[in-house]
Amino acid sequence: MNINATLIGQMVAFAIFIFLTMRFVWPPIVAAMAERTKRIADGLQAADRAEKDLELAKQKVVEQLTSAKKEAAAIIDSANKRAIEIVEEAKAKALVEAGRVKASAEAEIEQATSRAKEELRSKVVVLALAGAEKILGSSIDQNAHNELVNKLAAEL
Amino acid sequence: MSDVEHAAEHHEALTSSQYIQHHLTNLTYGQLPDGTWTFAANAAEAKSMGFWAVNVDTMGWSLVLATVFFLIFRSVAKKITSDVPTGAQNAVEMAVEFVEENVKGMFPYKNKMVAPMALTIFVWVFLMNAMDLFAIDLLPEIAKWIGVQMGANPHEVFFKVVPSTDPNITLGMAFCVFILILWYSITQKGPIGFIKELTMHPFSSKNVVIQTFFIPFNLILELPGLIAKPVSLGLRLFGNLYAGEIVFILLAIMYGAGYVFASFAGLLQIFWALFHLLIIYLQALIFMILTIVYMSLSYQTDEGH
Repeated sequence: MNINATLIGQMVAFAIFIFLTMRFVWPPIVAAMAERTKRIADGLQAADRAEKDLELAKQKVVEQLTSAKKEAAAIIDSANKRAIEIVEEAKAKALVEAGRVKASAEAEIEQATSRAKEELRSKVVVLALAGAEKILGSSIDQNAHNELVNKLAAEL
Repeated sequence: MSDVEHAAEHHEALTSSQYIQHHLTNLTYGQLPDGTWTFAANAAEAKSMGFWAVNVDTMGWSLVLATVFFLIFRSVAKKITSDVPTGAQNAVEMAVEFVEENVKGMFPYKNKMVAPMALTIFVWVFLMNAMDLFAIDLLPEIAKWIGVQMGANPHEVFFKVVPSTDPNITLGMAFCVFILILWYSITQKGPIGFIKELTMHPFSSKNVVIQTFFIPFNLILELPGLIAKPVSLGLRLFGNLYAGEIVFILLAIMYGAGYVFASFAGLLQIFWALFHLLIIYLQALIFMILTIVYMSLSYQTDEGH
């Protein structure tokens, strides 16, 4: 229990161990701990960022989906319109064609009618002539009565 | 428990007071008045050796424990990784983080030494205090056995294993802290600032004459306060651990007083040891925290008292 040189020994030892701790123990441990703290902070930040990115990506997906749907709807719309247009066009063409066909058919009928009339007329002349001949008992001079006959034929 | 046998053995050879005396005497190496360098055979001889003697036991354990501290922490520091920590690294980091937090909270200045010093103090004092938990007679008996092998008288082999029950050890650390207090006071406040702090408070006056008159009173008030810092720091630790050890010694004596007392002593010892766990930790913490606070005070340049 006496105060003796142990006091000085302890002071020297204390100083030495403070120095050793300061030099060899404290800095690496504190540095490693600080680094870990930073890494954890970075990791958390990265996780946050990833989450945000994910959120953004989801949003983008939704946006793209809606725009794609819109586009698709627009395409379908325009296709429908086009189809209707085509049908209308076809109808119009068909009408025109039908009109044309009808007109040509009418013209043909007209022609056929007039041809038949002509034929009928000429046949009527011949028949009339033959009938008149029989009635008169003599031949009619073709040339002398031609005018009369023709007049008759034109009246038919 | 080996304590029982040891205590009983002692009782055949020693009276209770001799047993206590034996446990409280250091193994001192020094020069006797007749000029021979030797181990002191008793307390009186140790006293006669004067200042230039060394308490081999407490000094030795102090160095051993400091080396243990350093080797453990150094081995961790060498292969430390910022990945997931394991094993010893966890424990070491826990201690370092604890100290770092305390230093950050109480010492808001830039200094590379205070935190490592606080760690050294905390772990070292903790280990020194923890030596108290060894069965009180275990290590002294081993030392006695070795001493006898080397030809010493068994009654003259003293062995105190708790360094912090030696005021030399605790005051040694406290004086180191005191030197640092003075050093930082002077370097941070300037010699004049430091002297002003001692002479211009708590009584101060704008009038120069009155202020001069106040100087001696201020010194009388401030100097004891300054000197009380290291003394109280060292003696607090010493007193707590010394008292704790005496309780352990007294309990060990009870082991020799029959089965009833022995079993009662056993119960008490368990309680005391559990309580002592708190003291071991607390005294190490107090020493560390007070050191940090003193350092912080010597950095404080504003004069707001």
